[in-house]
Amino acid sequence: MEQISTEDFQVIDNCLMIKLPEEVDHHRAGFICENADRLLVRDEVCNVVFDFENTRFMDSSGIGIIMGRYRKIACFGGRVYAIHADRQIQRILMVSGLNKIVEVLV
Amino acid sequence: MMQEISSKKRELPNTDSNKNEMELSFDAISDNEAFARVAVAAFVSHLNPTLEELSDIKTAVSEAVTNAIIHGYGNIYGYARPDGKRLPEAVIHPGKVKIYCLLEKDLLHIRVSDQGVGMADIEQAMEPLYTSKPELERSGMGFAFMEAFMDELEVESHPGQGTVVHMTKKMGVGDWIDSEE
Repeated sequence: MEQISTEDFQVIDNCLMIKLPEEVDHHRAGFICENADRLLVRDEVCNVVFDFENTRFMDSSGIGIIMGRYRKIACFGGRVYAIHADRQIQRILMVSGLNKIVEVLV
Repeated sequence: MMQEISSKKRELPNTDSNKNEMELSFDAISDNEAFARVAVAAFVSHLNPTLEELSDIKTAVSEAVTNAIIHGYGNIYGYARPDGKRLPEAVIHPGKVKIYCLLEKDLLHIRVSDQGVGMADIEQAMEPLYTSKPELERSGMGFAFMEAFMDELEVESHPGQGTVVHMTKKMGVGDWIDSEE
């Protein structure tokens, strides 16, 4: 399975783009949160984009990742987006109610 | 309470050819979360499950196993790092997570048990968004996901005596998209 690396976190304009790994679970959540937060403290970053292109599995740990990042940027008017989310991922976002705070772009 | 459940299970006659059992026991470390959910998914693969069913089962197993590892045994750190190194603060508390699966025709029973710290207030733990470890930035949706993706969920736990999560799901019952909308 492909490992996530620091290259999967990129700041483009005012957006932090996070390319999520194939499986988002508790095992991988720590590394994602650490790296995201390292870049989120930069002044110019106000939006976060989660790219699910390679992601085939996500559990509530992924919901925790998104909720945590949302809390950090929402107070400054930042938005959270989800792109390339397949049917399973969209369902997870829906069941958790996260589709209310995350804009899912298909 | 926990003894009752296991003795009840053992009374089930195992002569019926439509029954199929599986047991797993593994270390309570985050590396094994993926192994556990894939193993259970593989166990039901001969039923030709839909992608949705497999995804449901994998998510539910992942939630139960992650709960056992983080809350039961206190192994709160996810170890995955690109360099394969573990953080120095990632102390590993020893313990085993056990999974027992029983397939009765198209009815799948999954029991995930641990011998960890257990819970005093199960109802509170099962509340959506409740988490006993808010500093970990976890969503508190674990039990809610198990309830949403499986047909039945029973939780038994006592402080100091570990936790048993029992889930059932009927396989091969249509597409979730249809039933949802």
